[in-house]
Amino acid sequence: MADAIRSVTIVGSGPAGLTAALYTARANLKPLLFEGLEAGGQLMLTTAVDNFPGFQDGIMGPDLMAAMRAQAERFGAEFRGGNVTGITLGDRPFRVATGDGDVETRALIIATGASARLLGLPSERTLLGHGVSTCATCDGFFFRGKPIAVVGGGDSAIEEATFLTRFASHVTIIHRRDSLRASKIMQDKARANHKISFEWNAEVTDILGAGGVEAVRVRHVDTGMEKTIPVEGVFVAIGHTPNTDLFKGQLDMDAAGYLVTHAGTRTSVAGVFACGDVQDHIYRQAITAAGSGCMAAMDAERYLEESGI
Amino acid sequence: MASDKIVTLTDGNFDSDVISNAQPVLVDFWAEWCGPCRALAPAIDAMATDYAGKVSVGKLNVDENPEITMRYMVRGIPTVMLFKGGKVVDQMVGLVDKGSLKQMVDRHM
Repeated sequence: MADAIRSVTIVGSGPAGLTAALYTARANLKPLLFEGLEAGGQLMLTTAVDNFPGFQDGIMGPDLMAAMRAQAERFGAEFRGGNVTGITLGDRPFRVATGDGDVETRALIIATGASARLLGLPSERTLLGHGVSTCATCDGFFFRGKPIAVVGGGDSAIEEATFLTRFASHVTIIHRRDSLRASKIMQDKARANHKISFEWNAEVTDILGAGGVEAVRVRHVDTGMEKTIPVEGVFVAIGHTPNTDLFKGQLDMDAAGYLVTHAGTRTSVAGVFACGDVQDHIYRQAITAAGSGCMAAMDAERYLEESGI
Repeated sequence: MASDKIVTLTDGNFDSDVISNAQPVLVDFWAEWCGPCRALAPAIDAMATDYAGKVSVGKLNVDENPEITMRYMVRGIPTVMLFKGGKVVDQMVGLVDKGSLKQMVDRHM
């Protein structure tokens, strides 16, 4: 309890949290940032990032996050590892609970992001780590020369499928619609890849295998026909769930659990701001997350000024 | 920095150090190129210190030890398995915190 009351505390260390840390540090607010278990956020699990402006030859996701962290640190941002275990917004200052002690803060910036969603099949849980994966860059290595499936039709699904062709003998993309949501450039890349085929209008009904994945069972939504595709790996890339469990009952959320913001990055509690994927299910880019992190920092700075703190 | 209490497991020593071990053994399947494995390492180190004398803690590099990796059908890392009496009694896949590792181990003590 030795800590004095902080001006700004940031929860989350992806592009949104680190940009908020950079701006609040430069505003001399001495931010404290909780990095969370998955420090660096989703970009830590990517390879080359080709759409972050300023890097004409692309940059590796983990390198980009290391640079952002170092930049915020250069201006005095303070970092703590590990997850926050609880947040109380009912009283002021706000209280952030961690494994070792509480932190009190006048303004709070939430940048907890979103995590990969699973299909919700019982077999998926038991086979996680034994053929079922949500991280192509982590686990692709195990499928050298083997057939695999990627479930999903968005940018991350198509990117994973393309990446996985480095290892796999064949990649089947299973998508429940008849067209992809992924950007044109990624679609073109996938369609031109002879190792990739598509299973359109198909829903995964089961993942089969004892000890390891042996096949995936799909049902075609238009015809009702079922079929079994022999694969040894299933990569699930069907979108994300916002990490908002800590704020249930304390902040306004939409039906999917994303934090609702108004007038910039303000949440339903004055002094609490949200940025990045935790409040954005539309754009979800590193650059938009960073942009909203900057906005949250400026909103927090203004809030502290106006409250005369 | 790896704790000196952590045993480096290989295809060669796995049977003697894990299967025939009288103590329960916590095995971390990992690789150099795996970011989440690196993030898990401090928790594994802490487990080795906290459970010294009660539970052995070892790390197995999946790149260098394909035989054991295959035997336990590990196709995702990090994977942490708890062995007791030569058998897998529990496991966790993906990045977890020390508290969850402790819970898993304590369940089987």
